[in-house]
Amino acid sequence: MATDYNRLDTSANVHTAESAEGIRSEEMLLNMGPQHPSTHGVLRLILTLQGETIIECTPVIGYLHRGMEKIFENRTLMQGIRYTDNSDYLSPMLCEIAYAGAAEQLMGLEIPRRAQYIRLLVGELQRIASHLVAVGTYLLDVGAFTPILWTFTAREGIMELFEALAGSRFTVNYMRVGGVLHDFPKGWLRQCEAWLDNFEKRLDELNILINGNEIFQARTQGVGFIDPQQAIAYGLTGPMLRASGVNWDLRVNRPYMAYREVAVNPVVLQEGDCYARNDVRMREMAESARLCRVAIDRMPAGPISVRVPIALRPQRGETYFAIENPRGEYGFYLISDGSEYPWRAKMRAPSFVNLQILPELLRGHKMSDAVAIIGSTDVVLGCVDR
Amino acid sequence: MDYQNRGTGAKRIPGTRGKGVPLVSASGPAEYVPGHQEGPVQLTSMADMLQWAQNWARSRSVWPLGYGLACCAIEMMASASAAQYDLARFGSEVFRSSPRQADLMIVAGTVCVKMGPRLRLLWEQMPDPKWVLSMGQCANSGGEFFDSYYTVQGVDTIVPVDVYVPGCPPRPEQLIEGILKLREKILKQGLSIQGEDPFAE
Repeated sequence: MATDYNRLDTSANVHTAESAEGIRSEEMLLNMGPQHPSTHGVLRLILTLQGETIIECTPVIGYLHRGMEKIFENRTLMQGIRYTDNSDYLSPMLCEIAYAGAAEQLMGLEIPRRAQYIRLLVGELQRIASHLVAVGTYLLDVGAFTPILWTFTAREGIMELFEALAGSRFTVNYMRVGGVLHDFPKGWLRQCEAWLDNFEKRLDELNILINGNEIFQARTQGVGFIDPQQAIAYGLTGPMLRASGVNWDLRVNRPYMAYREVAVNPVVLQEGDCYARNDVRMREMAESARLCRVAIDRMPAGPISVRVPIALRPQRGETYFAIENPRGEYGFYLISDGSEYPWRAKMRAPSFVNLQILPELLRGHKMSDAVAIIGSTDVVLGCVDR
Repeated sequence: MDYQNRGTGAKRIPGTRGKGVPLVSASGPAEYVPGHQEGPVQLTSMADMLQWAQNWARSRSVWPLGYGLACCAIEMMASASAAQYDLARFGSEVFRSSPRQADLMIVAGTVCVKMGPRLRLLWEQMPDPKWVLSMGQCANSGGEFFDSYYTVQGVDTIVPVDVYVPGCPPRPEQLIEGILKLREKILKQGLSIQGEDPFAE
């Protein structure tokens, strides 16, 4: 059945179907439009419903396409780092690490150890912040109002830390090719430890509030099951993969920078449903808090950046560098032609790939499960559309 | 404009501490004193009283449409949900999902060419009186995507904007300041539907 992408209103198709009970029902085309409280951004889903059951789903993306990859070709490497903040806007520090790391890999630079540990520390803090938003908004979609208030309030501590460190709450522009921009201000590490102490208590409260809630369990357990072969076939990464039992975390399997020295315990669950994906994110927050403490304890002294020329001209060549984003594998395929501007900077966005399983996943579920499933994939449309 | 007093900071009319100040509107940045635009009003006629009552009620209960597009949406959610920046205390108790039930459209994020007609459609679906707050650089003027082939350079090319909140992204305090400025603007509106020039004498 050809889907008409320009239809904005619901209408009943003339297909009538006989179901097993002998009830005649018509298929209905429902548009979960780009403006929707639960689509985590400007995602449009064209759903074909039979009664309450979804039988077909077509995601339509492109409502946030800003032409970022073309813009990268017109900005120097240092200027381009700022644009990665807007791609996956829930984890800008980590996206900047990917772009700066790709440039460093192309130039063959090894950044100083202190810079590596600083990147690890702020990266894990950013991961906590991103998962807090993911969990909070997921619970809001499912119908709970308290967790989003708690998670956003907890997140404010990280935002204050980033503001003290980099100048901005989340469009940070902190990473540079060769290291980081500023060193810690005086007392930053102590404030970070104090926030981590407070956060662990908040995390325990969140666990009790969320994971023990019967309504949440009934809404998310058994919903949206992805089996491991399907997950690998679709190229999923991140919590969506680890919740289905596949032990793949780039920080462990392809370690980069300080992860070569600091061991990460990946969080892997076997159930593969929405509850497991949310649980993976909550446990990853605890793991990230532990990694932050390790980084603070082991913070080496030294320079925070290597001296690079102002006009960065990497040699001709191409490279791929990926990091573990809160959503999965976020990487850059950078092709340089020897000038300051990259010839091509392709962003491997995890949400774009994770979104592809949505039609397969939504088939057969009810309409209210659709909201639970979309939330559990944790898509960020800035990453999908670039 | 009083050029001699330009740049002296907070200007107070002497002898009015704690008392009412006349309702004057700033004609430039030098005269903007935060908080003094909402002084006690002088109601002289029935029309004035009706206008004040209508505008007072409208300005204190602006319900935004949840129209977060990109990164600014996260700051908008933070300003609505985080305990320090609670937006509900200014009247925006709920973010309505349907444009039919909303007063204010906060355009938070980059508007790309594909989204433009949807934005216009949503704005047309909102009933009068309605206001538009353009949040962030991408909505104000295209922002850092100024040379992109697919972004709209400012939403005021599509919908009329009442308040512009600069920033990338604006801090929650900035968004709250924008909502307060909108409140001042609403207080000066006339009795007829929105569209009347509030500064016309």
